Amino acid sequence: MKKVSQIQTLVIDGKEVGGRHDETILQVARENDIFIPTLCHLDGLTEYGGCRMCIVEIKGMPRLTPSCTTLIREGMVVTTNSERIMEYRRGILALLFTERNHICSACVSNGHCELQGLALKLGLTHVEFPYIFPKMPVDATHDRFIADHNRCVLCSRCVRVCHEVEGAHTKDIMGRGITARIITDLMQDWGESKTCTGCGKCVHVCPTGALTEKGKSVAEMEKRRQFLPYLKLMRERS
Amino acid sequence: MVLEELQEIAKIENERQGQFEHTINVCVAAGCLSCGSQELLDAFKREIDKRGIEKWCNAKGVGCLGLCTAGPLVSVEPSSTIYKAVTVSDVPEIIDALTGSPVSRLACSSDMSFFKKQQKIVLENFGAIDPERIEEYIARRGYESLFAALRDMTPSSVIERIVKSGLRGRGGGGYPTGLKWTTVMKASGPQKYVICNADEGDPGAFMDRSVLESDPHRVLEGMAIAGYAVGADKGFIYVRAEYPLAIKRLKKAIAQAEQLGVLGRGIFNTTFNFEIKLRLGAGAFVCGEETALIASIEGSRGNPRPRPPYPAEHGLWGCPTLINNVETFANVPTIIRNGSDWFAGFGTEKSRGTKVFALAGRINNTGLIEVAMGTTLRDIVFDIGGGIPEGSKFKAVQTGGPSGGCITEEHLDIAVDYDSLTKLGSIMGSGGMIVMDSTSCMVDVAKFFVEFCMTESCGKCVPCRDGSAQMYHLLNKITRGQGRMQDIHLLEKLCDLIKNTSLCGLGMTMPNPVMSTMHYFKDEYLAHVIDKACPAGVCNMKSGGRQ
Ligand SMILES: Cc1cc2nc3c(=O)[nH]c(=O)nc-3n(C[C@H](O)[C@H](O)[C@H](O)COP(=O)(O)O)c2cc1C
Ligand code: SF4
Ligand code: SF4
Ligand code: FES
Repeated sequence: MKKVSQIQTLVIDGKEVGGRHDETILQVARENDIFIPTLCHLDGLTEYGGCRMCIVEIKGMPRLTPSCTTLIREGMVVTTNSERIMEYRRGILALLFTERNHICSACVSNGHCELQGLALKLGLTHVEFPYIFPKMPVDATHDRFIADHNRCVLCSRCVRVCHEVEGAHTKDIMGRGITARIITDLMQDWGESKTCTGCGKCVHVCPTGALTEKGKSVAEMEKRRQFLPYLKLMRERS
Repeated sequence: MVLEELQEIAKIENERQGQFEHTINVCVAAGCLSCGSQELLDAFKREIDKRGIEKWCNAKGVGCLGLCTAGPLVSVEPSSTIYKAVTVSDVPEIIDALTGSPVSRLACSSDMSFFKKQQKIVLENFGAIDPERIEEYIARRGYESLFAALRDMTPSSVIERIVKSGLRGRGGGGYPTGLKWTTVMKASGPQKYVICNADEGDPGAFMDRSVLESDPHRVLEGMAIAGYAVGADKGFIYVRAEYPLAIKRLKKAIAQAEQLGVLGRGIFNTTFNFEIKLRLGAGAFVCGEETALIASIEGSRGNPRPRPPYPAEHGLWGCPTLINNVETFANVPTIIRNGSDWFAGFGTEKSRGTKVFALAGRINNTGLIEVAMGTTLRDIVFDIGGGIPEGSKFKAVQTGGPSGGCITEEHLDIAVDYDSLTKLGSIMGSGGMIVMDSTSCMVDVAKFFVEFCMTESCGKCVPCRDGSAQMYHLLNKITRGQGRMQDIHLLEKLCDLIKNTSLCGLGMTMPNPVMSTMHYFKDEYLAHVIDKACPAGVCNMKSGGRQ
């Protein structure tokens, strides 16, 4: 039984906009050229709601709401860029920078990194909290790819693309809280994986320098993400 | 099974019990078991055999008697004498005393406030029935409510009774139970589920565990009634694997109930089917959060997901799912039996009925209590709880565990209910109450809860995952005498950020212990930071030169 789609109208940043009832605030905002920063969201993957970069204010709700996982509702009044929101976004981003080791000048993704891009865009000039600098492993056992956990922001894009698009479910998350990390199979070396097809999708969806191709030097790792919405569209058609 | 058969079981059981002039009830819930109550029960049985008095004297294991601090506990009927800290060597003396006056050396005074000021609904069978025998539950009118619901009431009238009773969820949030049931009933779908949340992960809380260990059938009956009301034929109990005794008794209870036909197919010769399965949790606190719990039952990693959609519409395997706490379900049979007006007669206007609390910390009567909502904290701590150990002074009581806050002396006279506690910056939570006196350092207490949340955070969302680690780091610094004023400001900022941007309840409420101690005990924070001194003498201010 297919549901009939309903058109609903709402206000985002003072602008009256409309969308289908099954669209998220983020989708409708983007259709209307309203910028909302994101990190864990990626067109073509299921929503995760983990990074909290995309938070917005909805009138009548005291807490902030992630726009990537919240569906629009008739009459909603949404603010995407108040000073309060920006302050929280900068706070969250700062926390991400303290979590692991993000020294851009030594990273193959320098200049192409979404984390770095967000910091520039949001005007994060300094971090008040102390850096934790945990010692995380680097897995270079795969022929073509490297996983450097020091750069990972746990956005789970790699886990989702591997499971949802490639169908291999090679990547997953182990551990809780601050000790959580991405693993390959049941915590094996990537090079030993029997499930990894070597497609490289995870590398290209990874927003940072955590997953990269071998043989790239500083600032050389550019990622191609366009394949994802395209693949999805083609699959839905067939 | 028809009503007559149920009543016949009750009759036979009552006759069996009636032939004994004296019954010796030995608590075999986890607390007393851990101080040797099983050996004690065996010793009573042996002594009864030896004296050949088994015709008129019976010894049996029963559920929790409440005063866990003084275990093993024994209650003797019909005189209702309660003996505390009984050892095997006391057995002959207690049996001698059955026909005379109680052994005064061991007896608790019968008008002790601990027993007198309580109001028992959920715990009504505690200390009276053997949790491993369904007959004893039936003898106390067990499964009659299920029968009444199935045979005499429509699902809507069952729900109406729950709505009118004013029952609110006992798992922490206090969401109106009747409203939740209505939503699940109205949700469309060929398959619906009922889940009982028995994950109970708050440090210091043991209410749900005691209910499952002492009166498991009450929860099964409540779930079956809920299943009938919302239109579900399958139920799950998600119970943590650290509760082996609760699991054992639940398994036994389910098997007995299925055998008698009060669970399973065609219950009470109606067309209603209801089966209950156990699912064991591996002890993650966050798996008590309903969406994480559902993910865990589905076999996935126990991560919360954003709500809406709520489980009532989109729950287990995408089906409408009713999820309630153990104590919530345990209230249901009594509400069906005695009516909503009766239940609503207890408690305050917005919080009806009673609440079970686990008293712990610096208090004389550590244990399990049930009081009408609206009882004052002062009554709970000083009358029922017997006050603070001698020579010390009350400082605060922490409610709601890692999601709650502290309540100080000046607020002790408030009537405890969901709203009054929230107003004071704490929450009702699931019912843990930790009492603190002058030997507790409030900064250290805050650090304890933050550390708990840091290690229990699932790690999915950034504010909770990293914010907790940063808060812990700052509190650690302050308790080592290395804090600066700026750190207090940073703590405040973090609290605000985490509270407003986290994904699930764990993150949203994690700042509460910090905010509430900073509010009521700012002077202690300042003493640590400015004078480099811990007023309670708990923190080692000179430790560690690192950081
Ligand atoms: C971190 C976290 C832990 C929770 N743990 C429990 C728990 O152990 N037991 C419980 O019944 N509810 C727990 N809850 C609340 C549940 O999500 C849910 O609200 C509750 O089971 C609903 O039942 P009720 O309406 O009967 O209270 C927890 C919530 C959070 C955010
Ligand atoms: S490896 Fe990359 S894609 Fe995967 S979770 Fe880490 S940052 Fe995200
Ligand atoms: S608030 Fe904490 S426990 Fe909840 S989803 Fe976020 S990281 Fe996980
Ligand atoms: S983009 Fe919405 S939470 Fe990450």
